Amino acid sequence: MLIRFFLMLRAAGVPVSITEFLALLEALEARLIGLSAEDFYWVARTVLVKDERHYDRFDRVFAAHFRGAQDLFEALLASEVPADWLRKDFELSLSPEEKARIAALGGWDALMETLRKRLEEQKARHQGGNRWIGTGGTSPFGAHGYNPEGVRIGGETAGNRRAVKVWERREFANLDDSVELGTRNVKLALRRLRRFARQGATEILDLDGTIDSTARRAGLLDIRMVPERHNAIKVLLFLDIGGSMDDHVRICEELFSAARGEFKHLEYFYFHNFVYESVWKDNRRRHGERTTLARVMHTYGQDYRLVVVGDATMSPYEIIQPGGSIEHWNEEPGAAWMKRLLASYPRHVWLNPEPRERWEFTPSIRITRELFEDRMYPLTLAGLDRAMRTLQ
Amino acid sequence: MNSPLNRFEGSDSYVATGELALAVNAAITLGRPLLVKGEPGTGKTQLAEEVARALDTPLFEWHIKSTSKSQQGLYEYDAVSRLRDSQLGDERVKDIANYIVPGMLWRAFESGRRAVLLIDEIDKADIEFPNDLLRELDRMEFYVYETRQLVKARERPIVFITSNNEKELPDAFLRRCFFHYIRFPDSATMEQIVEVHFPGLKKSLLAEALSAFYRIRDVPGLKKKPSTSELLDWIKLLLAEDIPPEALRADEAKSSIPPLYGALLKNEQDVHLFEQLVFLNRRAGRPG
Repeated sequence: MLIRFFLMLRAAGVPVSITEFLALLEALEARLIGLSAEDFYWVARTVLVKDERHYDRFDRVFAAHFRGAQDLFEALLASEVPADWLRKDFELSLSPEEKARIAALGGWDALMETLRKRLEEQKARHQGGNRWIGTGGTSPFGAHGYNPEGVRIGGETAGNRRAVKVWERREFANLDDSVELGTRNVKLALRRLRRFARQGATEILDLDGTIDSTARRAGLLDIRMVPERHNAIKVLLFLDIGGSMDDHVRICEELFSAARGEFKHLEYFYFHNFVYESVWKDNRRRHGERTTLARVMHTYGQDYRLVVVGDATMSPYEIIQPGGSIEHWNEEPGAAWMKRLLASYPRHVWLNPEPRERWEFTPSIRITRELFEDRMYPLTLAGLDRAMRTLQ
Repeated sequence: MNSPLNRFEGSDSYVATGELALAVNAAITLGRPLLVKGEPGTGKTQLAEEVARALDTPLFEWHIKSTSKSQQGLYEYDAVSRLRDSQLGDERVKDIANYIVPGMLWRAFESGRRAVLLIDEIDKADIEFPNDLLRELDRMEFYVYETRQLVKARERPIVFITSNNEKELPDAFLRRCFFHYIRFPDSATMEQIVEVHFPGLKKSLLAEALSAFYRIRDVPGLKKKPSTSELLDWIKLLLAEDIPPEALRADEAKSSIPPLYGALLKNEQDVHLFEQLVFLNRRAGRPG
């Protein structure tokens, strides 16, 4: 019985492993708790769940598992059945062009995967009660004429048996994913770009140097100190902000905060859509306090690595035409400025949060890629990893 | 099964909810480290102190900083003083063991009785830090290379680890821990907590203070919500200044800022936001 519970937890996305499952059995064997469902709930949660973001998922599975077969069926429905069920209905209403577009987005399975995630998210936000999926929140699907109205996922609240109450309350519903700090993986990827050097105040003992020097002085102690090792890599980060980048704010924030923690020498500037004669550091005062690109190139030397983050999705005129900028009149085209920038910083990459499949269909991305001589990488962990290798 | 000394039920100066006590007892019985998270000021660090006091065992605290290395918790080899002693011809220099300085983990292992070990704010350290402690926490032993000696815990210490969520912890590490998230106490628990700290507080003052406190916590968009420890500070101030309960009453507080709010709101944007809300309330509440 508990094995099924364990498997259901895994299916619901709570990362539990066999070690933890065995620990739970151990806890039961140690007679840690009496014959109380509520105690069992607390102990199981303590042992199996390692992150408060997963408390809500745990509560749902717990409720489903210990409530009876009917609800179990509904939980299964939530996690597996709709994909096939919906597909038939869905395909009928698609034109051949739309089908092609879906294929470009990574095919059916990827699309359904996204949908499933959306559904999960949406469930997490609706606290308790009914969980009907509306058309509103699932925008990309709405555009294709997808209408999941009437698909009910999850059950109603069970009766007011006292013992079930704790997990039925679902108090951690709004904690699910709200404290996301998923920068750990990003940081590990950024670590590829490390070059240690000793600079600054001499703070730590140089053991080899001390032994060497002491031996030279015939055993008379001569302590040598060296500065601590720091990551000496210098990074110049240009971030596209506003407009179409609003969809990617979260991943950019993650990247930014990880980079801040990882690189000691990090300079960052913002731009909108494409780089022209000036950039800025503070979005609230972007019209007042700008830094000219010439000044940036004079201030930061060639040893800086240039990382540009942007979706490069705009009208091609914004890149190749004088006066093409949507915000001001630019005497010279953005491409000219970008070429100067790339010449000043021979080690450069462009990180693009748009999915790779779309790159081919957006002319402005093609142009930018040519400018960067193909050093454009998707803003995913794998892409970041490759980008960091290129920069090394 | 369990002797009373092996169970923790809260103490006269610390209110543990049933779920917290259960988590602590699970960790004690099964000998796993307990990872405690929760909003700042909900008594994570205090938990270890109170458990040590309640079970009457020694407490070893290892406070983690951004520069902490896992080795510092095990032992450090003081090469510099050995070198110096060798210059001075000290006899001690012959034995390397004289220059091994045990860290908190070692001291907890060596403690004759079962000890409580607190690893405080583990998320402050480098992201690889928890990974370096896997074996030590799992097997409760480590090897001292300098003296070729295996240090093994005589009695598995009770390990508490606190985290403020500044960094994510690695999965391998999490798998070895039990986990408890200290939820922000509801007002009934809060009354108990205040009672423990200020016994015999006037009922009227307590009720008004608590309702003012939860009202502030409910203000949307606060950068730093006031927590239990701040409430306790605030009540201490209210008592010291002898503020009457009437001054905190809801209808008045709605149109004014609670006295001594500096103990609750720790940042000027929050104070500003709160003042604005109070101002809006006052305008809305004006008859007319």
